[in-house]
Amino acid sequence: MPGQVVTVTSGKGGVGKTTATANIGAALAASGQKVVCIDADIGLRNLDVVLGLENRIVYDLVDVVEGRCRIRQAMIRDKHLNDFFLIPAAQTRDKSAVSPSDMVRLCEELRPDHDWILIDSPAGIERGFRNAIAPADIVLVVTNPEVSAVRDADRIIGLIEAEEKGPARLVINRIKSEMVKRGDMLSPDDVLELLAVELIGLIPEDEHVVMSTNQGVPIVLNGKSKSAQAFRDIASRLKGEEVPFTPLDDDRGIFKRLARLIRPEGN
Amino acid sequence: MPQLKVQIKGIRDGLLLVAGEGSWEEIHASILTQLDDQASFLKGGRLAIDVGNQILKAVEMSKLRDEISERGLTLWAVLSSSPTTEKTAQTLGLATRLSKPRPERTTRPLETTLQSGEQAILVHRTLRSGFSLQHAGHVVLIGDVNPGAEIIAGGDVIVWGHLRGMVHAGAGGNEGAVVCALDLAPTQLRIGGQIATTPQRRGKPQPELARVVDGRVVAVPWNPKSVGKRE
Repeated sequence: MPGQVVTVTSGKGGVGKTTATANIGAALAASGQKVVCIDADIGLRNLDVVLGLENRIVYDLVDVVEGRCRIRQAMIRDKHLNDFFLIPAAQTRDKSAVSPSDMVRLCEELRPDHDWILIDSPAGIERGFRNAIAPADIVLVVTNPEVSAVRDADRIIGLIEAEEKGPARLVINRIKSEMVKRGDMLSPDDVLELLAVELIGLIPEDEHVVMSTNQGVPIVLNGKSKSAQAFRDIASRLKGEEVPFTPLDDDRGIFKRLARLIRPEGN
Repeated sequence: MPQLKVQIKGIRDGLLLVAGEGSWEEIHASILTQLDDQASFLKGGRLAIDVGNQILKAVEMSKLRDEISERGLTLWAVLSSSPTTEKTAQTLGLATRLSKPRPERTTRPLETTLQSGEQAILVHRTLRSGFSLQHAGHVVLIGDVNPGAEIIAGGDVIVWGHLRGMVHAGAGGNEGAVVCALDLAPTQLRIGGQIATTPQRRGKPQPELARVVDGRVVAVPWNPKSVGKRE
C-alpha cells in the first residue's frame, strides 16, 4: 500500500506543530512503520533540532527540489529508530524556493517506499502553508485551548475545506486540566463545539516535552509521561485503531494531592 | 517554407514547447524563431521545453536558457526521454517533470453582485473565520457563523445555529431589517447604520431576534409562551 501523506498545520505559530510532527512520526516509526518527516518551514527550520539531527544535515528540501541531490541523499536517518527519516528544510532560503507542485512530486516519489510521510507546515496561510497542504491525504490541525489559537485553527480548517483536503482532524495541545476545571481555560468540548471537526488527540501540558525538545529526543521514545502516551494514541488512531481518549486528570492520586496540600509549591 | 520544428502549448504552469524531429541545431533555431515571432505575446511567461530524445550538454542547455531569458521569458523545466539531458537539466537547477494537472483551488467567495432586490439565499454550511458572505437580499444560513466570519446582507439575516461572527443586516441602510439566530452572540451586530456588540453571555443560549427600536439595536428572546399568547 502506498504511503499516506499527513500534514501537520495550525495557522498560529508556537502551538506545537513541530513537536507534534516529531512525536507522531517517532511513535509511528517505533510501532514498526516506515516514516519520513519533511520540514516545510523553509527559512525557519526546527524539526531537525527537535529530532536532534541538526549537525547531520548535508542536503535539504530545496536541494532535492532544485535537483542538486537525490532524495535519498537528503534523508537523514534518526539516531534511535531505523525506519525514521527527516528531510530538513533549507535555512538560507525562503518559502518561495519550493512550489506546491514540487511538494506533490516529492511525495509521489516517497510514497512507494514509506508508510507515512509527515509534513511539518509553517505557521501562516501563505505560500508555505500551500506547499505543505498540496500533497496531503490527511491534515492534522494543532491548536491550543486559547481563543486566538482556536480562531486561527478555524480559519485554517476553512482553507483546508476550500482546498478539498478536508475534513481536517484536530489535535488540542497543552491542555491544563487544573485550569479547565477552574473554568479558566477552554475545555476540549468548548473547542470542539466551535470547530466542529473530528478530534484525533488531546495532549496535556507537560514540562517533559520542553526537556525532550531541548535534548533532541522525541518524548515518545523515552517518556512514560501522559503527553508521550497521548502522542502514541494519535499514531494509533492514524493507523485506524480505536483508542479511547483518556481523561486528563486521573493520575492525580490521593497521595499526590495530599503531598501538594502539604507542600503547595512542590510536585 | 521551413517546416516548424516546435509547437507551443499553453499549460497550467505556463507554456510548453514541444520539439519535433530533427537535429538540435534546427530545433534550437526554430525555438528562437518561434519566441521572436511571438515575443510580445509570450513576454514574461514561464517556459517548459520538451526536447524529446535530444541529448543536450550543459553548455547547450545553459546557452538556451540564457537566450530565453534575454527574450524576457523564464525557462523552468526541460523534459526529455534521454537520461543525460535530464541530468543536465538537474545540474542547471531546472525541473525535469511537469506537475500533474491538478486544478488550483482557492477559497470560493460566495459573493454575489449587489443589486437591489428582495430575493433570499439559503446557505447550508458553517462560515469559518475569514469567510465573508455578502448578498443583496435576505440571507438564511443553516450552520454556524464562527468568530472572524461575516455576513453582510441587504435584508434580514436568519441563522439556524450559533451566530458568533460579524453580521450586518440592512446593509443598504434599511433599519427595518432584523437578525435572528438560535444563539445570537455576534462579535458585532449591525443593522442599517446602527452598531451593537453582544453583552456578556448570561446563562444558556436561546433564540433571539434583534431589530432597531428607537434608534437602538434591541435583542428580544424568542419565548414560546408569549408567541402562543399572541396567536
